[in-house]
Order: sequence, then structure tokens, then C-alpha cells
Amino acid sequence: MSETPKIRLRGVTKRFGDKLVLDGIDLDVAPRTSMVVIGGSGSGKSVLLKCILGLIKPDAGSIEIDGQDVLRLPPKEREAARARIGMLFQNGALFDSISVADNIAFGLLAQKKATKAEARQRAEEVLAQVGLAASVGDLSPAELSGGMQKRVALARAIAAVPDILFFDEPTTGLDPIMGAVIDGLITEQVRRMGSTAIAITHDMASARRIGDRAAMIHKGRIVWEGPAASLMDSGNEMVDQFTHGRREGPIQMELRR
Amino acid sequence: MAACEATGRVTLFAVLGLTHIVRPPFYGRAFLRALVEIGYFSLPVVALTAVFTGMVLALQSSIGLSRFSADSAIASLVVLSITRELGPVLGGLMVAGRVGAAMAAEIGTMRVTDQIDALTTLSTNPLKYLVAPRLLAGIVALPLLVVVANILGVMGGFIIAVGKLGFNPHTYLADTMRFLEVGDVVSGLVKAGVFGFLITLMGCYHGYHSRGGAQGVGAATTSAVVTASVLILALDYVLTELFFTK
Repeated sequence: MSETPKIRLRGVTKRFGDKLVLDGIDLDVAPRTSMVVIGGSGSGKSVLLKCILGLIKPDAGSIEIDGQDVLRLPPKEREAARARIGMLFQNGALFDSISVADNIAFGLLAQKKATKAEARQRAEEVLAQVGLAASVGDLSPAELSGGMQKRVALARAIAAVPDILFFDEPTTGLDPIMGAVIDGLITEQVRRMGSTAIAITHDMASARRIGDRAAMIHKGRIVWEGPAASLMDSGNEMVDQFTHGRREGPIQMELRR
Repeated sequence: MAACEATGRVTLFAVLGLTHIVRPPFYGRAFLRALVEIGYFSLPVVALTAVFTGMVLALQSSIGLSRFSADSAIASLVVLSITRELGPVLGGLMVAGRVGAAMAAEIGTMRVTDQIDALTTLSTNPLKYLVAPRLLAGIVALPLLVVVANILGVMGGFIIAVGKLGFNPHTYLADTMRFLEVGDVVSGLVKAGVFGFLITLMGCYHGYHSRGGAQGVGAATTSAVVTASVLILALDYVLTELFFTK
């Protein structure tokens, strides 16, 4: 008998006004697997993550985590389910009114998983895990470079040791070397914690480094799913066009002239 | 129809924000930070506004009242105008420009940079963490500012009356106190509390619902100041009717 998926989506649909953003998404993510979701801008990748997180309510469909339909949970239990998910936002989304250490400790204190002293100690531990000195904890997020902000955002996402991790464009805006460093940290942390991860990205090198499995979303539908290692030679015309960055192919960009 | 929808959305936002003031967890540090930002840092602008308003009021009323040989009424006119109307209204408008705009810009930036979504993912209700402490701080800070504005406004009138118009200082102060009633001060402070709530509500609401990057944040800032200012003037009339019309 096959293992129950950690995350299972069935028929997830979301519409904003006239625009159908998610058109019946079906997706399974097995436990301790890293799933990379690729797709063009506006294809619905971020909306998909936000639906799973509960930040956006889908119009139809079901989202199961460990076999439990989170869309039908009472608010308290929904909040508890969300607390098991760590999220790395595209631009870091660090709170700029508080220090780096307070950013990292924020979730631990909000979830009452630690005292202030314990949270501070945990912040220093995770800063070390992402390759930053403890002294960085006293800085403001605005004092950090883009790469350091991403590392702090990763530290914040993993501080409470979540069993599910989401990464929204983790390497966007970083140089290739820093991108590889962040990917390495993500892979290392996901394996170390035994977490299940979903990453959305445009960066093919990053997708192959992070992912065990990959899926492509186009016009709100999953058009391909397979091993991340086969992304560059998937045999699917859409995936091939996207991964090789070809202008001609089944995906037509809507350009106004 | 759109106006009804907008009113409904603002009302719901206000009710949710207010209920979070009394429901734990409480964010004491966020409240104190907002109190300092709204109250302490608005002191200079509110103080200057009050002093000059008191001075102008004394000067203008002396010009008008001297035509009826009623100069002795200047002291009571200044103190009643300041405590009942000008202290809370002008103080509210100045704070709306300074704090309402800053609040909408800060929360709006948090919205467009995903910081509000990040709060939710970190088990924190954004209404409880961002909105409730600011609403409470606005309700508390504005009356305190208006107390200061009342004193300084009367002082401004005193400076002109004594220094320029030749009033006896003791007589002027005695006239000031003679016609002032507790209700005059209390009504002004109640107005200030309502205005403080409106300013922070508009700042939080427009910031919280801003969309579309820097342009959206700019639009939210403008909307926060404009709606708060108009609401202050409109509610001032309603409250004046309630307090002083029998």
C-alpha cells in the first residue's frame, strides 16, 4: 500500500473576478519529499502556496495535510495546522521594525514554544545553521545584504522546526553563487529536519538542486509532473520550452503591441 | 452601492480591531510604541498649532468684540473655543496628517512586502498585532494631546491679551476660569478620543488594504489622511449636536 501523501490537493480552484487563476489543481506531495513547482509569471504558483497556507481561500476543491482536509477545520485547528508550516517569502518579508533575532524568535514566542531566553538561544542556533554569526541577531533587517536577508528569512522559517516548508522563489534577486548557497542551505535544512517541502521557482538550476520531484503549472493547471532530475529532458513540449527558455512552442505569451 | 460596501467593510474592520483590544494575547510593547509615536512625537506640532490658534483667536475676537464694547468676553471666548472645538479638531487634523499618513505607509508597506502574510504564517493575527494596539493608542493619546493643546491655546490667548491688548493678567485668568465648566473640557476630550480612534482606524484600514506596490501605498496614505480629516469634521458636528443641543 502506498504511503499517504503529506499534502494532497484535489480540484483546487481559485478565481479573481473574471480571471481563473487555479483551474482544478491535483497534486500529491509525499512525506520528506521536496516538490518544485515551475511555471511562468502569473501562472498561479504563488496563489497555490497561499491556498495551502490558508492565506487565500480556494473557491472549490480540497487541501489535505496528513489526510486532514484543512479547509474544513475549525479556525483554532486550522491555525494549529498552519503553525506546522514554515514559509520563506520571495522577498524575505522580514519585519523591519524589530531586530534579526526578534524576527527569528517571533514564531517561537507567538506559538509559546519557548521563553524569551530560549527563543534568543534558538535564534543564535539557527543563525549558525544558515552560516551567520550570532552578532547578526542584533542588526536590523535593513542593515543586511539581499543574500543575508534570505538566509535570515530561512532561519526564521526553520526556527520552529516545521514539518512542512514552503519556499517562494528562494533565489530571486541573488547572484548565481549566492543562489547556490541558499539552495544548499535549503536542501541541508530540509534533509536534516526530515521536512516535506514545496518550492516555487523560475530558476532551473535551483529547481534541480532543491527538488526531488517537479511539477509544471500553466494557466492554472498542472501540465506535467515527474522527477526533478528529468526537468531538462522531460519529453513534455511545454516543460521543454519553459526549461530551455524557447520563444516558440505551445506556450504563447500574451503580448500587446 | 459602492459607498455602502465601503462603509460596511470599514465598520467590520473597526469592530474586529476593537474586539481584539480586549481579547488576549495583548501586545503591550506594540501599544507603547504606538502611544509614543502618536502622542509624544505629535506634541511639537500640536503645541505650536494650539499656541498660534489661541493667539489668533484673542486677536480676532478683540477686533470683533471691541465693536460691541465686549472686550471682557475675550477670555471666555478663547477658552470655550479652544476646549470645546479648536483643541480637539485642529489637534486631530494635525495628528491625522502626521500619524495617519505614517501609519498607512507603514502598514501598507508591510502588506505589499508580504510582511502581513508572514505574521499570519507565524501564528500571529495581524489585526491583533498591528491594528488593535494602534487603535487603543489613538484613543488614549489624542485626549492627552488635547489637554496639552487646551493649556497652550489658553496661554496663547493670554500672551496676546496681556502683552498686546493690555489686559490685567489676574483679571484675564479669572475670566478664563469663571466661565469654564467641567463639561466644556470633558466634551472636548471625548471628541479627541473619538478623533484618535478615527485617525488610527483610517491609517490602519487603508494601509491594511493597500495593493500594487509603491503607488498603492501612496494612494493608501492619501486616502487615510483625507478620509480621517473629513470624518473628523463631520463627527465634530455630530458630537457637538449631541453634547450641546438640548
